[in-house]
Amino acid sequence: MSEQKLVNLTIEGRQVAVPEGTMILEAAKQAGVLIPHYCYHPGLPVAGVCRMCLVEVEKMPKLAPSCATAVGEGQVVHVYSEKALEARKGVLELLLINHPLDCPICDQAGECELQDYTFQEGRADSRYREPKRFNPVEDFGGDVLYVTNRCILCTRCVRFMDDVHQDPVLCVSERGDRAMIAKAPDADLTQPWAANVIDLCPVGALVSKDFLNKARAWELDRTASVCTGCSQGCNSILETRDNVVVRQKPRSNEDVNKFYLCDAGRLDYRWMNRADRLEVPKIALAGALSPVDWEIAYAEAAKALAGKRAYVVASPKLSNEALFLLKRLITKTGGEGAFRCATGPEAPLPGVKDLALRADRAPNVQGAELLGFARRDADVLSGLKDGDVLVLADDVLEGVDAAASAVAKASAVIVVGTTLPLHLPKVAAALPIANVAEEEGTFTNLRGRVQRYLQAKAAPGLARPSWYALADLATAVGADSNACTLPSATFAELAASEPAFAGLSYDLIGLRGATVAGAGAGAA
Amino acid sequence: MGYPHKSHPRETPILSKHFGEPEARTLEGWKARGGYKALQQALYLEPTAIQDLVKASGLRGRGGAGFPTGLKWSFMKPDGKQHYLCCNADESEPGTFKDREIMRWTPHALIEGVAIGALAIYADTAYIYIRGEFTEPIRVMEAALAEARAAGIIGPNAMGSGKKLEIFVHRGAGAYICGEETALMNSIEGKRGNPRIKPPFPAVAGLFGKPTTINNVETLAAVPHILNNGAEWYKAMCLSSPKSTGSKLISVCGNVAKPGNYEITLGFPFKEFLYDLCGGPPAGRKFKAIIPGGSSVPVITIEEAESVRMDYEGFLEVGTMLGSGGCIIFDDAQNMPRQLARLARFYAHESCAQCTQCREGTAWMTKILERIVAGQGTFEDLDTIFELSENMTGKTICVLSDSCGAPVTSGIRKFRGEFEALITGRRSSTIAMAGAAVGAR
Repeated sequence: MSEQKLVNLTIEGRQVAVPEGTMILEAAKQAGVLIPHYCYHPGLPVAGVCRMCLVEVEKMPKLAPSCATAVGEGQVVHVYSEKALEARKGVLELLLINHPLDCPICDQAGECELQDYTFQEGRADSRYREPKRFNPVEDFGGDVLYVTNRCILCTRCVRFMDDVHQDPVLCVSERGDRAMIAKAPDADLTQPWAANVIDLCPVGALVSKDFLNKARAWELDRTASVCTGCSQGCNSILETRDNVVVRQKPRSNEDVNKFYLCDAGRLDYRWMNRADRLEVPKIALAGALSPVDWEIAYAEAAKALAGKRAYVVASPKLSNEALFLLKRLITKTGGEGAFRCATGPEAPLPGVKDLALRADRAPNVQGAELLGFARRDADVLSGLKDGDVLVLADDVLEGVDAAASAVAKASAVIVVGTTLPLHLPKVAAALPIANVAEEEGTFTNLRGRVQRYLQAKAAPGLARPSWYALADLATAVGADSNACTLPSATFAELAASEPAFAGLSYDLIGLRGATVAGAGAGAA
Repeated sequence: MGYPHKSHPRETPILSKHFGEPEARTLEGWKARGGYKALQQALYLEPTAIQDLVKASGLRGRGGAGFPTGLKWSFMKPDGKQHYLCCNADESEPGTFKDREIMRWTPHALIEGVAIGALAIYADTAYIYIRGEFTEPIRVMEAALAEARAAGIIGPNAMGSGKKLEIFVHRGAGAYICGEETALMNSIEGKRGNPRIKPPFPAVAGLFGKPTTINNVETLAAVPHILNNGAEWYKAMCLSSPKSTGSKLISVCGNVAKPGNYEITLGFPFKEFLYDLCGGPPAGRKFKAIIPGGSSVPVITIEEAESVRMDYEGFLEVGTMLGSGGCIIFDDAQNMPRQLARLARFYAHESCAQCTQCREGTAWMTKILERIVAGQGTFEDLDTIFELSENMTGKTICVLSDSCGAPVTSGIRKFRGEFEALITGRRSSTIAMAGAAVGAR
């Protein structure tokens, strides 16, 4: 990286040094000052139209739009001077004159920048006495609904479609206060990444049909997670209410997904709330699966595995930790592991380097491969030998051709999963585990980046986190995993024994991720 | 000449000398009137020589801002990049119709000026951006360009000099804001005519991202005369402030005996202009107020107007501007609130909708004014208008929002009595409306 020239300036009395060419708004962030803004977004080209980010810069005759004014050596910037506050108060008043003020029925309420900044800097009342402009709600297609009256015409959505998605189907139509966002005729917002306009919209003008009227923003609990939709590993936020995942939103990560999450990914959360879960450990008793205590289930599984080869079919949606413990089981029994992964067409986001909905529609394909699982897709059972114990680790073999006849070769089946496979005989023991929303763990994305996800809700019944159940199972078959008392401890064991993960730890990975050895600089 | 009137002896017919002469539109007729001599000369001059000459003449932008033309040209350096000249023929400022006449009657004068301007800024391509409503000027300009191209005056080998000079006419789609230079460039590029944030200034990154200069029609049309007669000759045309030199076309409309275009030497006394050249108010009326520089400048009362010298500095002294020279005159039968409401409505209609203050503010101001005119106003409304105007001034990308506030607030300040009469009900709003109907005559 070439030496960048630094510029020194003072923002609200705080000295900062930022690279030449930085805009005042960004420099202020580094000084710990958030200048109110609407149209500016770090992922989009500067528009400078909302005029909300006006600040006073000494020796400049007029207030400067801080999103479009580059820093200068020795500049003194006043964000909260009387002049600047007055100007922003004026903008807020004007933004609200035609706004319906329908916060009580608006999905954005509680996470709305119009509310926030009005509360922070706006007038207590309006002087507007005229009739408000009215336009009907428009269905933009895809997941997007346009509530015209709430729109402040910041044009973030237009710029996203133009410059990032590079499918310019949105524009500003009309002029003056009649202006609104319009969609090209016959072009619905069904592009693979189009729903990001909902997150980009700072107000309640673009709302998600999926989330419409589902919850109030302040009722939600938010948990850092990683999208499980594909091998890209976009950082996400799982939002839950009353132990139910109600929304998935992007969590920005400069190295992985910038600010975005594809439509397929963001809407792929309902399975986390499945009700038909395996909730208690079960063993085969008198030809039927019966609920038992965990210890009995472990013992039963260990008994089935005694002296047998374990053939593990693992889901690539399992964490590195779970796969690592399965590997221990495999090593102990001299068995082997395989996985399959659903695929689909790749859908890149053109304006962002190395960001796409990937063909492999599972989050941990790379982790499974690094931990020695063989990708066999449709032939996932091809390695199963007569007399093997088939361990189904959260893969119920749905859609595998002739699964029943292949399974017939196995001496027994052990299920470690969130659901039970249907019509599969020979299940000796079934161990219920938590899904991604219910436990903590890590995934390795296609660039070898290890990323943590956190627990967003409670697991049903007696289900245990996958690392927990698998560590106990491994111990039960003689592969001592008693050190795996926490996800972090499990990962420490993994890092200690797997060269690819050497040197990594939960602390190091943090919430932004870290790259495994030999994977280069992530999204290079 | 003061087309459509006969030239007044006190006019200075330089640009308007051949208005009304159909032969002047043709290449032959134009050459017979001394056309293209200046271009012939300019083709063999260094660009800096042309810049210096124009600098010395004191010519200032005739579109409204009055920026010194030679200085503007000198921002363009020979950097090896593609340069462009845009001729702003959008003439969208209400009350202004001088460029229209230049294009209608003397298209070759403009072509020559554009060609010289392009040479002066190291450009080989120029665009003449004409507003969509100017159907006749577009036709005339295109015919003249075709003639000039066929005669080899412009084209790959302009007048046999070996230099390339291309001029294109671009027709606008009818937006006031496209007269703003950066919006004009966006429009030529095929984008929505929204003003751009400056910096970067057009001289750095303008049309298609290349260094560009934008000049008004009248400015460019004056350039050949400066080359032909010298900078001293042009500079000598000055009746008052030495910073305002040359001749200026003034478009006069509204309640006046002889509306039309008049060409005066800068510094001409406004009182004599109004009563002598323009023939005073219509019979039986008195002048009341004047917007002297196109609708965007503050209104002045007739008393203020009578003391003014017509140049950039003179109008500034009474708190208004020479602007584009579009002189809108109101007589004593006019209801000022109604007139200003109409003006505000224009700006509300034409706001490009980018900046919040302009998009919402112009419309709000219009609604308040129209409510006052309808007899539903309050005294608080007047305060709100002043505060709103303050909020709309100096805070946006371009000056459309400022331009809406300026005539309205100056109008309220100077004709507050008329507003108060409507608010208190001393004057019936129906009469205000009726007065407007007369004004719209």
